Amino acid sequence: MDKVLGDKIPEFNKKQAGGGNVGLSGASFSLGDHRSKFEILVIILVAVVIIGGMELTLHILKVPQYVLPKPSLIITALFTEWKFMWPHILITLYELLTGFAIGASIGFVLAAVITQFPFVEKIVTPYILLLVTTPMLALVPLLILRFGFGSEPRIIAIALASGPMVMINAATGFRRVDLAKIALARSFGASTLQIFTKIRIPMAMPMIIVGLMVGSIFGLLTAVGAEMVGGAEGLGNRLTYYSALIRMPQFFSIILILAFMGISIYVFFFWLGKKWASWEA
Amino acid sequence: MLTCRARLTARSLLRIPRICNIISELALVRRESHNVSIMEKAARNSGSGVARAVKMAIRDASKFYQTRSGAVHALDNVSLDVREGEFLCILGPSGCGKTTLLWSMAGLHTLSSGDITLGNEKITKPHPEIAMIFQDANLLPWRNLIKNIELPFELKRRAPDRARINMLLERVGLTGFENKFPRELSGGMQQRASIVRSLSVDPSVLLMDEPFGALDAFTRDEMNLLIQEIWMETKKTIAFVTHSISEAIFLADRVAVMSARPGRIAEIYDIDIPRPRSIDIQTQPDFIKRILDIKSRIEHGRGAKLAIT
Repeated sequence: MDKVLGDKIPEFNKKQAGGGNVGLSGASFSLGDHRSKFEILVIILVAVVIIGGMELTLHILKVPQYVLPKPSLIITALFTEWKFMWPHILITLYELLTGFAIGASIGFVLAAVITQFPFVEKIVTPYILLLVTTPMLALVPLLILRFGFGSEPRIIAIALASGPMVMINAATGFRRVDLAKIALARSFGASTLQIFTKIRIPMAMPMIIVGLMVGSIFGLLTAVGAEMVGGAEGLGNRLTYYSALIRMPQFFSIILILAFMGISIYVFFFWLGKKWASWEA
Repeated sequence: MLTCRARLTARSLLRIPRICNIISELALVRRESHNVSIMEKAARNSGSGVARAVKMAIRDASKFYQTRSGAVHALDNVSLDVREGEFLCILGPSGCGKTTLLWSMAGLHTLSSGDITLGNEKITKPHPEIAMIFQDANLLPWRNLIKNIELPFELKRRAPDRARINMLLERVGLTGFENKFPRELSGGMQQRASIVRSLSVDPSVLLMDEPFGALDAFTRDEMNLLIQEIWMETKKTIAFVTHSISEAIFLADRVAVMSARPGRIAEIYDIDIPRPRSIDIQTQPDFIKRILDIKSRIEHGRGAKLAIT
């Protein structure tokens, strides 16, 4: 009898709504949900029209190269100069990954620990806000004085920029405790550590991923900015270098590379969110 | 045989038009009380039901909550026995401390004074023999159904008892839904999954905290039937918290009625309706009389309170 009941009850698919997402991911997580082939085609078409239009307009109006180079020239520069740009890409990536790894780990651990102690959280939060709102780029000249022109000052700046972002978002996630779920785990004899790994972290996961996404984008901004301020390597440095020489196609191909890096970061965390935090959407 | 016939007459008497109602009810009451005594004697003679051993004992349990606006007295000297294999319903208005009592029995709350024992063991923390079923199913939304059900095993670092889980899933009609996520299941299915989760570790005591409160009336009836069947099959000791009088009477061997602020046991009713009980019995005069009895007891307690304030 009960088996029949089970079969009768329809499935409750809640796929239609993308709303109710958290924080900054709200718009982004639902952006890439279900796209038909037609929509993808239109998106590509728009890109072709814009790039082709630019090429044509710049050609007809005879806009000089130092004002705005033609897309074809930018692409050509990307290929011909690739071997000179590649080491700089690696350096920026290295700085970004190292700085972000340090910042994100510290931010995550701090968030996890601090949210367990409301008093500590209240004391620490204003200082974290200070770190979030102050542009860490401002510290780079100071850091260069202390650490020289290597990648250390940039890594520190990236960590300082991304860490608080991760922390503040992860803390929001950890603060959303569902006491009933914790009681459930406890009623089955869960230890404090198990409650943390099986309940608290998964529950905070959507916000943690948002924090990682925002933090890494902030890290990229800071990386490029810091390279522009000082030092002789990295993509930010290349931007100042090429613009000083008025080599605009090369300049724009660097921007293209940076845009690609930003999009890749976004897509990666989008995928991660789908994998680990889709239950909330 | 004799009891049956007496009941039938009582029932047919009630069908007489309204003017006769009072007389017939009086008759019914008299006959009922007569019946009860006969049944109780029968039960005593056969040795079932009445003289059951005590499974969990609550002694002088008191609980104060510290809130910003001062201390709240949630439980006041509650003493209650849960007998081996019985279905006990704890009934009371919202805020009467019945959930506090149940959570204390589960070892999830500590008492301010008094103690709760399971056999000879004092309950101060969750006990493996006791499983809790929560309001709104309480499934973890990031795990699919089977992963939710295997959670207790995972927490105890044991391999899940697949055979038992599959048997239980089959029993509640959830076979084939193992890979669904909670949001893809209806409220009733979620609660059935949570019942499977609790039973999978084979506890001897099942504590249920208003498990069907959020379900619609039809699903609730289904669930009540299901839990009655499961109880009759498994012989678990069940303590079931509810604020629905009819649900309590339908399910329980005994109904403990609690009064509010501070929570006390006001009265304990024996419900000797034979099992299996069908949903239809809820419309029978005897059942309704029991509801009115308990209702008047609760309202009486509340009325006295209102008169004071």
